[in-house]
Amino acid sequence: MKCNRLVDSGRRQFLRGGILGVAGAAAAVALPAGQAQAQVQARAMVDYPSSKLANLADLVVDVPMDIGYPDADSPGILLKLGTRVEGGAGPDGDVVAYSVLCPHKGFYMSYHAPDKTLNCPGHFSRFDCEKGGQQVWGHATQNLPQFALRVDDKDDIYAEGADELIYGRLSNVLQG
Amino acid sequence: MAYKRNIDRLPIIPADAKVQNVTCHYCIVGCGYKAYTWPLKKQGTTDSNWAGTDLSQQQGAETDAWYAPSMYNVVKQNGADVHLVIKPDVDCAVNGGLGSIRGARMAENRRSDVNGTQQQRLTEPMVWRYGTWQPTSWDDALDLVARVTARVIDKDKEDDLFVSMFDHGGSAGGYENTWGTGKLYFESMKVKHCRIHNRPAYNSEVHSTRDMGVDELNYAYEDYQLTDTIFLIGANPIETQTNLFLNHMVKGMQNGARVVVVDPRRTVSVDACEQVAGADNVLHLQINSGTDLSLFNALFTEIVAKGWIDADFIRGSTIDGDVAVAEDGAHPSALGSFEAAKAACHLSLDEAAEICGVAAADIAKAAAWIAEPKDGARRKCVTAYEKGIIWGNDNYRTIGALVNIALATGNIGREGGGVCRLGGHQEGYYRPSDAHVGRPAPYIDQLIIAGQGKVHHIWANDHYKTTLNAAEFKRVYNRRSNMVKEAMDARAGATREELIDAIVGAINAGGLFVVDVDIIHSQIGQAAHVILPAVESGEMNLTSMNGERRLRLVEKYMDGPGDSKPDCLIAAGIAQHLERVLREEGRTEYADQFKGYDWANEEDAFMDGYNKGNPEVTYDRLRAMGNNGVQEPVTGFADGKLVGTKRLYTDGRFTRHGREDGKALFCLGGWRGLQAPGKAQQKANHRFLINNGRANMNWQNWFLDQKNEFVMDRFPVPFIQINPEDMAELGLKPGDMVEVFNDVGATQALVYPERTARRNETFMIFGAPAGTQGNVVNAGTNELILPNYKQTWGNIRKISDAIPAAARVSYKSWEVEL
Ligand code: SF4
Ligand code: FES
Repeated sequence: MKCNRLVDSGRRQFLRGGILGVAGAAAAVALPAGQAQAQVQARAMVDYPSSKLANLADLVVDVPMDIGYPDADSPGILLKLGTRVEGGAGPDGDVVAYSVLCPHKGFYMSYHAPDKTLNCPGHFSRFDCEKGGQQVWGHATQNLPQFALRVDDKDDIYAEGADELIYGRLSNVLQG
Repeated sequence: MAYKRNIDRLPIIPADAKVQNVTCHYCIVGCGYKAYTWPLKKQGTTDSNWAGTDLSQQQGAETDAWYAPSMYNVVKQNGADVHLVIKPDVDCAVNGGLGSIRGARMAENRRSDVNGTQQQRLTEPMVWRYGTWQPTSWDDALDLVARVTARVIDKDKEDDLFVSMFDHGGSAGGYENTWGTGKLYFESMKVKHCRIHNRPAYNSEVHSTRDMGVDELNYAYEDYQLTDTIFLIGANPIETQTNLFLNHMVKGMQNGARVVVVDPRRTVSVDACEQVAGADNVLHLQINSGTDLSLFNALFTEIVAKGWIDADFIRGSTIDGDVAVAEDGAHPSALGSFEAAKAACHLSLDEAAEICGVAAADIAKAAAWIAEPKDGARRKCVTAYEKGIIWGNDNYRTIGALVNIALATGNIGREGGGVCRLGGHQEGYYRPSDAHVGRPAPYIDQLIIAGQGKVHHIWANDHYKTTLNAAEFKRVYNRRSNMVKEAMDARAGATREELIDAIVGAINAGGLFVVDVDIIHSQIGQAAHVILPAVESGEMNLTSMNGERRLRLVEKYMDGPGDSKPDCLIAAGIAQHLERVLREEGRTEYADQFKGYDWANEEDAFMDGYNKGNPEVTYDRLRAMGNNGVQEPVTGFADGKLVGTKRLYTDGRFTRHGREDGKALFCLGGWRGLQAPGKAQQKANHRFLINNGRANMNWQNWFLDQKNEFVMDRFPVPFIQINPEDMAELGLKPGDMVEVFNDVGATQALVYPERTARRNETFMIFGAPAGTQGNVVNAGTNELILPNYKQTWGNIRKISDAIPAAARVSYKSWEVEL
């Protein structure tokens, strides 16, 4: 159990699952038309890559798969919760993906399956994977960035956007 | 779904952005931040920016080259829109670059006309006209205030003017503003009927430690890193002094310090200490609510019996003899020598165990952790307490008993020692003497309920949220202030003179004329007849000191909303208008008392007040001292720097009580049960303890956070934590709305299951904008009118299923799982 304390130093190989493919700019992020337009104008949202993360068949309930999104330097998890949640993807509405960099100070967080939370060894913040990454308790000033998912007819899962700024970058899609 | 900002990039701070020193104004810790501002049409790039870092790359943990959306806003500076980033200062000794869930939202919680944040901020004076509040000029509003106030006061007859005024630093307090208000009410006038922002009288929260000679803020934060034992009482520092905990207490534990926590509730601080120090090095004494005094007296007795005392210190720094100060109406306990305390406070481990519900062996273990010499030398122990005992049973004796332990073991004025309150707001008190208020101080809220007072000036107080016996207070206050509103409404269209006559008529019939100075339209502000808009820290230059007496200057980095002003200048305006009106009325001698307020800005108020008592300290010098500032008292100026004092009483001379011999006194207070009137009876007649306190997210800034979506998404209504088995018995589900009711009132809260809560012991959030916990707190106080919010008992019944907002809330445990 307590080995998760070492998560910040020992988890550099977070790309086990990795990015399987990048399918160009996100044309298909499902926002209501009006909202999408308003946000583009108000926030000049960046263009996200559509990245294939895995196939539904690869996922086991409560066993998070390490991913990188929008690029390999932004670690996250892809997770099948086993129960339908608001914002969940897939036929069971239970597949979610989150950044695992704590939005407080950027420590790597670990998944605690018994209550489906992500927990930070830095200063003990925790986030609820069943509630859109709501911070249950902690020091971060935002809820956890959640990645928008799309599942195609071959059960391939694509990430296509994020809803909060990812720790350590001032643009979710690195620019330069 | 949880609230998300959907902000996926932020403007980059350019290399030439203007940088201003900021001390977070929310809590006592006073973390250092930097405010960066730059013109709207300009920004840095990934390769040319303030940090000199390649921002096209992912930055690592704890980087200084990132900021969250909550640290960003667009605000007005000298009338122009500018970008604003307020981010933690890595070079500040207090926080070392850490932000908290409160302070790291400072920028987002500024008013922005561009981003629409904090539109609730008041922008211009308003007066009650035609059945509502109408905007008006400062001169018009202040004229009305002065004319009505002048009708109820006269030289040496000022008891009909009631004043509620903040006494703190940070926020909208600080040395400038406590001086402005203090000069008005304690120098130009001698107002006796006054109170402080969070309690119903004008009194100290820690009379006993001061009477014993020990100022309540006597250490340096680094003492937590140097100590052997951290002794925490009625305090929850990871939530309410966050970066003191994370940047100092955690390091102390990593250096090997053990922790003793006294609290009826298992707080997240207990869990965090166990995470850091290991459960074996944390002793949580989970006492029965309100029994701290018995525990401390038993610890003292045990420490003395074991001989773990510092005899030299006792001989050199505390008085000889017997009783030095007798118990009387102003002293809820006698004070005297160590020998006298040994007799008066004697309580065996078994007797205390019986009272406080903690095993005698654990009390003995705590005594050893606190006092047993280590390697033949003093065991360093730093003692920190806060509202759990300040707002708890028998305040005077309980705090005194705790200070007894520190005195007996010589743990004050030495490295790794100190016996301190942790604090709420920062401090920033500089006022003329308040001796005329008397002790015990008048119980203002009860006097108002009893019909006293004619004009009420309120400075950033909201009794509706933070008083006891709140339900009755609100009923009476609404009725009395409405009498004046109705009289004003009935004279719509009348001349100023006729209007004043109508107001005074209503006042004399039992009404109350209310002037509310605040940054937002508060709940008690709904009863006001004149509303005056104030600014906050950062919208003015502001000086305050933190919990280790660290004094800093926050540099003004933005304009206040609309026509709002610093409180000190509003106080000056009231004084000037009073002078003018009194002169017009031919009351020349009285008018002369209101001279001396020709301040152009807050720095003038600072120079008129704080600087007169501390001539070394100026704005320029403080600016140069930056975010590390200087620890008070300031003793000089050398090599271009202010010279401060790291910790008090290093010479073993105790002076807070004013005794010339410099000797500290012990408190001779024995255990006497639940002391405040009505508490024991309330406990006997109700099932649940309604313990109450603060939460990490929004304590100290809830007035702003009621309009912050990130916060309101998490806690849309105040919660009450209940043991799951108690929930099952009451037929409650998470998120259900319950009514909490008892002999004095009722309030409501959202049910939050808490597996670590003991059966029949709940915890409710204090000071919420909706669901006032004070409604169920009875009027009972200690002899010196210290409120006893903590010891409250009530019953609970379900009134509603979860409202939609409550369905979005996570009800999981707050304890981290690593
Ligand atoms: S710990 Fe207190 S002072 Fe520090 S950032 Fe948080 S609220 Fe501000
Ligand atoms: S980095 Fe996660 S709580 Fe601080």
